[in-house]
Amino acid sequence: MLSQFTSPFKLARKGIMGMNQRNTGYISRYNPRKLYPLVDNKLKTKIIAQRDNVTIPALIGVVRTQHDIQSIIPLLHKHPGFVIKPAKGSGGKGILVITKQESGVFFKPSGAPAHEEDVKRHCSNILAGLFSLGGSPDVAVIEALIEFDSCFDGFSFEGVPDVRVIVFQGYPVMAMMRLSTAASDGKANLHQGAVGVGIDIGSGRALHAVQFDRPIEKHPDTDRPLKELVVPHWQRLLELASSCYEMSGMGYLGTDMVLDKSNGPMLLELNARPGLAIQIANGEGILPRLKLVEKIVAEGVKHDPLERVEFSKTEFSR
Amino acid sequence: MSSRNIFYFIVTLCMLIGISMTLYRHIQFEVPWLPGEKRQIWSIEAKVEFDAKGESVEAVLALPLTQRGYTRIHESTASLAYGLSFVNDQDNPRAIWTKRTADGHQEMYYKVDFLVDPKAVDIYQPQMPDTPFTEYPEPYFTAANHLAKQAEEVSADAYSFTRELIKALTDETASKSQNTGLILDYKPKNRLVVDLLNNAHVPARIVRGLQLEDGRRRQGITEYIQVFKDENDWQIFDLATGTQGRPENTLLWEYNGNSLLEVVGGRNSQVTFSMLLVEQSAQSAVAPKISEADFLNFSIDSLPLEEQALFKGILLIPIGVLIVVLLRVLVGLKTSGTFMPVLIAMAFMQTSLITGLIGFLLVVGTGLVIRGYLSHLNLLLVSRISAVIITVIGIISIFSVISFKVGLTEGLKITFFPMIILSWTIERMSVLWEEEGPKEVLMQGGGSLLVAVLAFLAMNNDYVRHLTFNFMGIQFIVLGIILILGNYTGYRLLELRRFKPLADREG
Repeated sequence: MLSQFTSPFKLARKGIMGMNQRNTGYISRYNPRKLYPLVDNKLKTKIIAQRDNVTIPALIGVVRTQHDIQSIIPLLHKHPGFVIKPAKGSGGKGILVITKQESGVFFKPSGAPAHEEDVKRHCSNILAGLFSLGGSPDVAVIEALIEFDSCFDGFSFEGVPDVRVIVFQGYPVMAMMRLSTAASDGKANLHQGAVGVGIDIGSGRALHAVQFDRPIEKHPDTDRPLKELVVPHWQRLLELASSCYEMSGMGYLGTDMVLDKSNGPMLLELNARPGLAIQIANGEGILPRLKLVEKIVAEGVKHDPLERVEFSKTEFSR
Repeated sequence: MSSRNIFYFIVTLCMLIGISMTLYRHIQFEVPWLPGEKRQIWSIEAKVEFDAKGESVEAVLALPLTQRGYTRIHESTASLAYGLSFVNDQDNPRAIWTKRTADGHQEMYYKVDFLVDPKAVDIYQPQMPDTPFTEYPEPYFTAANHLAKQAEEVSADAYSFTRELIKALTDETASKSQNTGLILDYKPKNRLVVDLLNNAHVPARIVRGLQLEDGRRRQGITEYIQVFKDENDWQIFDLATGTQGRPENTLLWEYNGNSLLEVVGGRNSQVTFSMLLVEQSAQSAVAPKISEADFLNFSIDSLPLEEQALFKGILLIPIGVLIVVLLRVLVGLKTSGTFMPVLIAMAFMQTSLITGLIGFLLVVGTGLVIRGYLSHLNLLLVSRISAVIITVIGIISIFSVISFKVGLTEGLKITFFPMIILSWTIERMSVLWEEEGPKEVLMQGGGSLLVAVLAFLAMNNDYVRHLTFNFMGIQFIVLGIILILGNYTGYRLLELRRFKPLADREG
């Protein structure tokens, strides 16, 4: 029983951040409360991202009232693939993905058909607040489908692989890829069984992989060795993540990014309360990196986004 | 950095205030640290009635003092538009009501609380009365002397003489004897016994005691004979049985040879008593002493009893909250809704633990099934929760009726559950079920119940109840602890397990 636990001193020596420290030392200190709606509402995030020229999936339309639902269908027929998501949803809930359509019938990635009525009802559910935090009324955001880069084939099972980068005061400090598995039911949430792969900030290469907080070597469904994973366009992706600091004003931020086949790295969403599993995926505590950034900021060093990325690449490379 | 200093200052202040208030109450008011045994308090109300004659009125009522077995702890009076003064002479304590003019029926009340206290002693030794010789006309005098002589022959001292005398006047055979019948016609037994004792140079007088019987109303006073052997040695005798010693459950109201009630300016005066036995904890028995004290003694003892009972529950909430903070910040348990476990624990306190747990599981389980159907209807949130609330009320009614029919009256306690809270719990669990699956529901639901049970055990603990109710300072201490915990940035217990592979990696 006791052998399942480790000593707090050992964790502290490794610079591992706990939930209490994250909450009081970083989130509440560096993330101004009034900026939360920007991050928690995907529509608002999109608007500021467009303002700051941050690459995001194109916005097709917004459904704000039940009445809008009728008029949105003709618009959807013009786009072969699209995603409908609730603006205030969290954890990937309420996201409807349509990859293609044939003679008026929409198809989900799994090949299951979705009729016009299904799409309408999904929009209606989003408006009613079925997927939003606390059930508050919501709006449905419809955006263009991301065509995932084929470089991740075999690393992800049935789902969207995304890259999370923790950006602290504008410096990308730690990164991981989240790969869905059969256990996670195509979702990229680590606590549901997705694989987390720590990514080297310097090179974009895989460092270490975990599932259910325990180290693994191969993807459990495809058996591909996770060590082979390399994220392309790494420099561009880091710059994108870094620029989210100016865009959102959040000091401690989780940025979720995807790689589009033609457009490269894109910002999918922001997270003001990123979890701690990224440390396990990296096999390393995040605190020494945060402390280093705090130190140089305290010393009055001012970097532009590009300099910040270079700083991170040299300091946090493994 | 200075904001940190202010924080530590506030925490220290809370702790200091809390600890000093607690110590102050303990030392100054002798409020015990531990819940003591129950103490009995007799609450006695004397009602003085008379018909005023339309002139100035003075009513004097003798008052009882702390005596063997009973400690006087509180007294109060009620009388309309009368001047009142207490005279606290030790040998003649009395209340005096006065009024310039009064007409018609008058009533005044005097209420006194006596603590049943085996350690209490008479705070005043009554003065020994003189022994005036009383002569009766013949033939009564001869009969009385004969009776006294008979009693004297079979007795050894003043006390046994008294016993024999009362026996002779009380016995079955005695009542048939002509002698006793004759003199009892002449004088009532109480006067007769005193006269005969005095004639034999035994100091004695009639005193008045109150037989304490719970819930009695309009009870009169009982007379006893007080007999002195010497200055400091006296005994009480029951006139009806001749029994020596103070009768059980009897409070001597007046034993100093004074009158019980004197009314000037009124007629048909009488005093009657109502009494009530109150079981109180030892510390609230000393409460009257406390409630008279100053501001520093900020306490809820000064509130009416009903509000006190309410506060008893409210003051426990911080303890439940503290448990939640401990389990979330130090252990890292997941609960559904931060303080929902405290509310569930409060409900457990009404229902008792096992009944509460079973009831909770029944209601939430059934609620989840019904909520599962509601989710197919794609209702708006407010309507959905409203529907769940009504459903929960329905479930609770059905369970109550069924358990009552089956003969389980325990089941009726299910109504103590806060229904809105239950509905929200069902709603949250249901959403969780849809989004994360049953495993997460079990984890969070189980976590909530575990926290609720722990909070219940803490809040239901006798010592905790005693301390929170009697020492307001505890609230400050709890606040201080919670503030310190809010500042805790160390690892949670469950994180030690979560991050173990990470800590064990490499060297």
